[in-house]
Amino acid sequence: MKKDNKIFTFLRDNSVPIMFVIICAVCIPVSGFSYGYLLNEIVTRMGRNIFLILALLIPIMSGMGLNFGMTLGAMAGEIALILVSDWQIWGIPGVVLAMILSIPISILLGAFCGKILNMAKGREMITSYIISFFMNGIYQLVVLYMMGSIIPIKHFSVKLPRGYGIRNTVSLLNMRQCLDNLLAVRVDGVKIPVLTFLIIGVLCVFIVWFRKTKLGQDMRAVGQDMNVARDAGINVERTRIISIVMSTVLAGFGMVIYLQNMGNIATYSSHSQIGMFCIAALLVGGASVDKASIGNVFLGVILFHTMFIVAPKAGAQITGDSMIGEYFRVFVSYAVITVALIMYETKKRKHKSAAAQQLQAAQNEEAAK
Amino acid sequence: MANANAPLLEMRNIKKDFFGNQVLSDINITLAEGEVLGLCGENGAGKSTLMKILFGMDVIRETGGYEGDILINGEKVTFNTPFDALAAGIGMVHQEFSLIPGFTATENILLNREPKKRNIVSEVFGDRLDTLNYNEMTGRAEAAIEKMGFHIDKDMVISDMPVGHKQFTEIARELSKDQLKLLILDEPTAVLTEKEAEALLASIRSMSEKGIAVIFITHRLHEILSVCDKVVVMRDGLVVADVPAASTSVSEISKWMVGRSVATAAKADIRDHSDAKTIMSIKRLWVDMPGETVRDVSLDVKEGEILGIGGLAGQGKLGIPNGIMGLYEAGGTVEFDGKTIPLNSPRKCLDSSLAFVSEDRRGVGLLLDESLEWNVAFPAMQVQNKFLKNYLGGLIKWRDEKAIREVTERYIDELQIKCTGSKQKAKELSGGNQQKVCLAKAFALEPKFLFVSEPTRGIDVGAKALVLEALRQFNRESGVTVVMISSELEELRSICDRIAIVSGGKIAGILPASDPSEDFGMLMVSMVK
Repeated sequence: MKKDNKIFTFLRDNSVPIMFVIICAVCIPVSGFSYGYLLNEIVTRMGRNIFLILALLIPIMSGMGLNFGMTLGAMAGEIALILVSDWQIWGIPGVVLAMILSIPISILLGAFCGKILNMAKGREMITSYIISFFMNGIYQLVVLYMMGSIIPIKHFSVKLPRGYGIRNTVSLLNMRQCLDNLLAVRVDGVKIPVLTFLIIGVLCVFIVWFRKTKLGQDMRAVGQDMNVARDAGINVERTRIISIVMSTVLAGFGMVIYLQNMGNIATYSSHSQIGMFCIAALLVGGASVDKASIGNVFLGVILFHTMFIVAPKAGAQITGDSMIGEYFRVFVSYAVITVALIMYETKKRKHKSAAAQQLQAAQNEEAAK
Repeated sequence: MANANAPLLEMRNIKKDFFGNQVLSDINITLAEGEVLGLCGENGAGKSTLMKILFGMDVIRETGGYEGDILINGEKVTFNTPFDALAAGIGMVHQEFSLIPGFTATENILLNREPKKRNIVSEVFGDRLDTLNYNEMTGRAEAAIEKMGFHIDKDMVISDMPVGHKQFTEIARELSKDQLKLLILDEPTAVLTEKEAEALLASIRSMSEKGIAVIFITHRLHEILSVCDKVVVMRDGLVVADVPAASTSVSEISKWMVGRSVATAAKADIRDHSDAKTIMSIKRLWVDMPGETVRDVSLDVKEGEILGIGGLAGQGKLGIPNGIMGLYEAGGTVEFDGKTIPLNSPRKCLDSSLAFVSEDRRGVGLLLDESLEWNVAFPAMQVQNKFLKNYLGGLIKWRDEKAIREVTERYIDELQIKCTGSKQKAKELSGGNQQKVCLAKAFALEPKFLFVSEPTRGIDVGAKALVLEALRQFNRESGVTVVMISSELEELRSICDRIAIVSGGKIAGILPASDPSEDFGMLMVSMVK
């Protein structure tokens, strides 16, 4: 009886990842992709996405939920890359310079976002989502009108022909996969971007270490109960702002890594969906609004992107319409986020009514005596 | 300049008023090193306010500070924040837990006082990036638990702990502070099992042997007698007794607690309804209302009577109406007028002509941003389709503004609600007048049965008398059965026919209102948990 219960609890707690394992297991054979191809794709996407998703962990730790503040970091990363490509600094130096350039922009945006989120405690997710729309407007203002007119942009491949504003697509061909290719190893035809994975590894170690620092401990305390933390003398507001700033800075780095892998910037849309997909991937990996681990990130990226690769093909094979898969992936991202939010709420409710059940049980017990 | 002969703590002529409402007058208390002081008194006697002053809580400063002096070791001190009090060696364990649920006992004990190790990163980015020194944390937590003398698992996560262990974790946290000289325990045994409470008493004794003074607030009087050196009893903002524990008894203390200098209050026209039919019969009711848990309550209410429900705060008296009316999760059976009332469903209760005036005026009782007319008529409109004009055979319903205004104005008159007119917004009224609006709202429902919860809380004396009189009239003239819940015994005695006392979530006893206060006092503390 007790063992059954355990299995049931395990299934319930991990229902989202299990669902995705099943979807993938069905879709992989139907899609007809070779395993070599599939593996290659997944490894590439892991290198591309994991750093970005890791940036989500810190706000979750400090109780700020699934935070779209990372979109701001992504914008910072893009602006930095646009500048770097205008200056025609390519290769590894270009990547490193872009990362460094993104830091001050990320800090500025992160501090702004953190300040606002401190006014909207408990509603961080929706607030950060709306902030990301608002900042998208500012970003477009900067990129479309200020770059070239106020901020000097010289190179014709970056600038719109009218003299100011940035082209729809900025090519990063000269730094495409430069991180990934350096030290890359081929195993059985699968290219492993060792350097990118090393960078990701360093970030993982940093996050594990960070949890053990005073600041990390404070963030965990703030995340679980702001009032208790405040009573203990922790500066709650400041801690939350630091947490968002760290997340945006990391997201800025993550975006640079992401775009160097893609090889071009879709100036006006690269960042718009990135928050959504990162959050969906993290949730697919079994994270919830208030709890996420590095393991969730890795599992989530593998499952989510396997589905991304195989679903369109599998959809095309079954229905003969390739659009169905494209539709499916967007649909699933939103569905996953919705389901995760609902599950979080039900869990909280269940917890509450459990207290009442206990009371009833205690009374019955007493009566039995 | 610390004077070796001065007592550890001396409070001199402490006075405090909240906006002209005197809650403490001329409190003098002294406490020596290692002494254990038992502080008791009814709700509203001023215990909490006094402790808040001692602990430098923000609310005191925000409401205009206090008068009088606090001296620690003979030196005058002023605490602007709890952190000042902590630095001076005062620790306080509050009634509500202040623990991080996902942390272990160790992490909670040393919250924000964790021992740290420097590292390269923290040299650059500042000391918040120091890593925690887990070995030393374990050591310090162990030492604190040792000092407390009750064993708790230092590695257990708080959310997995039984509630008593959480309490001990809090105490261990205070003990882990090296500068601790005075520990305030605010009803620490309220959540403990009997065995744990014993252990706590033992641990208080061992603290006192180590030279830590303790102020122990509790409603369990025998605990005070068994562990304290002296007892201070407060009533109505005054210290009514300050005696060595050895020279007093439980009955004497409870008499001090409830006894009024004017022992007249019990009303003249007490009626006996024991022959009347039982209109509501509550059987084995439990209610999960945080802080007001009700356990296994069975109670019969007779038709036409005014039944009072009294008891100390947190004992569950508020849980009874809130549970029956479906505002908090409840179980058991409630029969009203021969029919079973389904629990957890407010609408069904209202449909059966029950009405409830909540103690939470601003939250549950009123639509603060709406006019008085709306507030008075809204429930009647919703529940009973009153004040509506039907067109097209009831397909379209319009508000009958005229009828609404009339009824509102009638109640404004009857209850002497002070307002600029029936269109004024509810939030603009004073507390007492808001309470009257709540009553008007319930009266407009024309119920057969009325629950009134803390109707006089936070309102002035004049309004109080009016509210009580309105209730009495409503009962007498319309024959409505009224169940009134109140923390103030004298108020209950002045209006009710019978009074049930709730203690430890259960009915400790039901007495006619004419019985002496002391008997009620004994019931109040009889089963305190």
